Amino acid sequence: MTQWIEIGALADIPRLGSRVVRTPGGNIAVFRTESDEVFALDDRCPHKGGPLSQGIVHNKRVTCPLHNFVIELASGQAVAPDEGCTHTHPAKVENGIVWLSVRQAAAVS
Amino acid sequence: MLDKVIKQKLVVIGNGMAGIRTVEALLERAPDLYDITVFGSEPYGNYNRILLSPVLAGEKTVDDIMLNTVDWYEDNNITLRKGETISMIDRRTCEVVTEAGERVPYDRLLIATGSNPIMLPLPGKDLPGVIGFRDIYDVDRMIKASTDYRNAVVIGGGLLGLEAANGLMKRGMNVTVVHLLDTLMERQLDPVAGGLLRKSLEERGMVFKMPAQTQAILGEDRVTGVRFGDGTELPADLVVMAVGIRPNFELAKKAGLYCERGIVVSDTMQTYDGRIYAVGECVQHRRQTYGLVAPLFDQAKVCANHLAMKGFATYDGSVTSTKLKVTGIDLFSAGDFAPGPDKEEIVLQDANRGVYKRIILKDKKIVGAVLYGDTIDGPWYFQHLRDGTDVSHMRERLVFGAANLGDGGVSGQNSVAAMSDETEICGCNGVCKGAIVKAISEKKLFTLDDVRAHTKASSSCGSCTGLVEQVLAFTLGGDYSAAPKVKPLCKCTDHSHDDVRRVIVEQQLKTIPAVMRFMEWKTLNGCHSCRPALNYYLLATWPGEYRDDQQSRFINERVHANIQKDGTYSVVPRMWGGVTTPSELRAIADVAEKFNIPTVKVTGGQRIDLLGVKKEDLPAVWADLNDAGMVSGHAYAKGLRTVKTCVGSEWCRFGTQDSTGLGVKLEKFMWGSWTPAKVKLGVSGCPRNCAEATCKDVGVVCVDSGYEIHFAGAAGLHIKGTEFLTKVETEDECLEVIVALTQLYREEGWYLERMYKWCDRVGLEQIRKRVVDDVANRKALFARFAYSQQFAQTDPWAERASHGVDRNEFAPLAELELA
Ligand SMILES: Cc1cc2nc3c(=O)[nH]c(=O)nc-3n(C[C@H](O)[C@H](O)[C@H](O)COP(=O)(O)OP(=O)(O)OC[C@H]3O[C@@H](n4cnc5c(N)ncnc54)[C@H](O)[C@@H]3O)c2cc1C
Ligand code: SF4
Ligand code: SF4
Ligand code: FES
Repeated sequence: MTQWIEIGALADIPRLGSRVVRTPGGNIAVFRTESDEVFALDDRCPHKGGPLSQGIVHNKRVTCPLHNFVIELASGQAVAPDEGCTHTHPAKVENGIVWLSVRQAAAVS
Repeated sequence: MLDKVIKQKLVVIGNGMAGIRTVEALLERAPDLYDITVFGSEPYGNYNRILLSPVLAGEKTVDDIMLNTVDWYEDNNITLRKGETISMIDRRTCEVVTEAGERVPYDRLLIATGSNPIMLPLPGKDLPGVIGFRDIYDVDRMIKASTDYRNAVVIGGGLLGLEAANGLMKRGMNVTVVHLLDTLMERQLDPVAGGLLRKSLEERGMVFKMPAQTQAILGEDRVTGVRFGDGTELPADLVVMAVGIRPNFELAKKAGLYCERGIVVSDTMQTYDGRIYAVGECVQHRRQTYGLVAPLFDQAKVCANHLAMKGFATYDGSVTSTKLKVTGIDLFSAGDFAPGPDKEEIVLQDANRGVYKRIILKDKKIVGAVLYGDTIDGPWYFQHLRDGTDVSHMRERLVFGAANLGDGGVSGQNSVAAMSDETEICGCNGVCKGAIVKAISEKKLFTLDDVRAHTKASSSCGSCTGLVEQVLAFTLGGDYSAAPKVKPLCKCTDHSHDDVRRVIVEQQLKTIPAVMRFMEWKTLNGCHSCRPALNYYLLATWPGEYRDDQQSRFINERVHANIQKDGTYSVVPRMWGGVTTPSELRAIADVAEKFNIPTVKVTGGQRIDLLGVKKEDLPAVWADLNDAGMVSGHAYAKGLRTVKTCVGSEWCRFGTQDSTGLGVKLEKFMWGSWTPAKVKLGVSGCPRNCAEATCKDVGVVCVDSGYEIHFAGAAGLHIKGTEFLTKVETEDECLEVIVALTQLYREEGWYLERMYKWCDRVGLEQIRKRVVDDVANRKALFARFAYSQQFAQTDPWAERASHGVDRNEFAPLAELELA
């Protein structure tokens, strides 16, 4: 069963930007696209662990600030030619409030 | 106003590949030396004869293979008399005579009449439907025949014959190749490779009759068949004779020039008459005639040199290599591969992959190579062959190619990477890898067409196109893309940086979405390359109006610190001109201890760097530094970074001016400004140059009589000394020039283009003209910079530490304690 946790207001995340949610298992980056969709991913680039939350967001992708890997927000997959994958977590917006469901598997890593 | 100088007259007979290449090379060396007239029997400009095969095969059109259009001759003031044949050379009066009887005088004459296909003296050889394979006219007739008739016989199983047969087959004809010997292309291939070639051509539907001798061509009004020595006959509506070529030297011979199998020339490409030169297939040099363009182009270079009266080059003959231009068949051959007692061979045969390689060695050197199926290493072997490299140390793995020798990787791309700069990539035009790489990087080439235009590589037979593309890809790294005309800003658009900057101004575009909409961006919100670029362009174009888009800033500029590999940040407070005080140092020390900052380091730009600050601590760190009077050092910015100074006349016994003071003044005026890429300044108090000013973006070297201003240096990935811009007498002038220069760069530079690259692109003189010579323009530039500074000079740290700007950026959205 998915357990949803309220993490804050959508308005507190910049459009085409991201905020971080701290968890004991590491940071989770919550992204907001231009059309107000939200996505949550572990804040670790599959390349060398760069903080994806600090990257530039474009469409439904983010570019890692360290070496420019481009990561698909929906799947966590690196865009070819790069390879790798970041864990994603379910996230949703309801009435301007962002909800997150932390996947345990990811939180462990 | 200039007196019209009477130029010498150069007449060229033969508007073909060798003749025109000579003219081109001559124009490069001495553009104004001659009045040039070119006579050519064919009714076209100069075209690439080699590519007649792909034209015949329907892979290219005649337009595609034009090398010099009629306009080219006009543009270069060359009189082209196409469709006119010279029938006589009158050496007594130094005139050539056209078929129509017109006499045209020359001071120097160049004969480049090429060769003619050999037409076997068989009965029926003059029947309609019997043709050679030499020019556009022949190809037209073959194409026509392929639509009207079905059966073709090609006599000759050499390179030309097979290419003709392949083309006709592609055009739907039934083609039989008749060859005298039992090995195809016996001059280039050994029996094994010849057999492989035959097999794969047969698989495509080609029929061979070999060995077979043709005895007669049959037919009354038109060819209907061919009869052979063994009495058998084949029906034929078209017979192509491709048994060889004969140098075309009748004209020269009639004029009394010494000829054997061709017009005999010396190492300077002169005939026995010193006024008359000859190049191309019509020539015999050191007992050799050639039928491939590479040697002809070598000859052309030498000949042009002498025509330009720079007589030092000599032609020493050429070693040739061959590739067959039948799409889908990879075949390479070079040098001498006949077996012999003193030769050794290394052979690799892989029937499954259809690969065959034979390398012939003599005295530890490669003397010949035949490759079939996998020809990627052809140029590499050819290079060693021509260099006479001792290959004994790599003998065991030689046959596996460059990639397997440990000096390269495994894929094609890597084998290009592994090639030495001297490795010849384009055999036709003798262009080596180094020259291509140099042209790509220096001339900023991005497409195959550019490379062709600048280096001539891959502009003849085209067999090396794949290699040239690999060199492009390897040299440009990720930047290489198919074939755009101008380099687009990034993958999201076809427009160039210049286009974008121009349109922003012309259309008064003031937001990133507006630019993207107007210029029809291909992606929704651009990407990490174009968004920061657009943000900068808008900021620089509309100071005070455009609202900086934080989400289009690279993280360092968004949080005003430098991200480190572990996701922490480094903080560099500004130290004007590199000068600090005990209280500042004390404050820095306190901050470092208070926030447990692990590393404190002095930077190359005379600043102190606090490394390993956690992101959420940044505002507090800044607040403490602000309290001690320090502001952001912009160590993260595409903007003014540091002004490095020496102690100058204040302390130094050699100092001529107050370099420290000037540095501080420059920094105080210019800090906070955004630029296309980072800008670092240096001010040295005398030519001893302790501030290393002459490798900075802008550097000042003080002298007794004033200030020398230098710019466009670099000491990072590239090292480059500065260019001298000008010398001024006062500090104020110095400031004005430097600020104006920076403003020009801000207005014209491409995003991420350092000042030295901008200077390379735009040209030093252009810049000097607008910044130094044109005083009004300088003042206008200065004023624009000053105007934009009023919006730029707020300390970003103070805004964030005390005024709550971007507060969200530094705090987590939530903290979860999961069960
Ligand atoms: C189908 C084909 C495929 C080929 N493939 C290759 C290949 O893959 N690789 C390679 O290296 N080489 C190849 N070649 C050979 C190459 O094309 C020639 O070596 C090269 O074109 C010779 O150049 P040239 O200037 O000596 O002669 P040409 O290019 O033949 O030029 C001579 C010109 O002079 C003109 N002319 C002759 N006499 C007179 C006169 N009296 N007055 C006025 N004009 C005159 C002719 O009409 C002709 O246009 C190929 C040739 C053909 C035909
Ligand atoms: S490479 Fe270049 S090679 Fe070979 S033939 Fe060409 S154009 Fe010719
Ligand atoms: S030289 Fe290289 S490793 Fe050192 S700081 Fe600069 S970028 Fe980093
Ligand atoms: S850590 Fe993300 S690209 Fe290297």
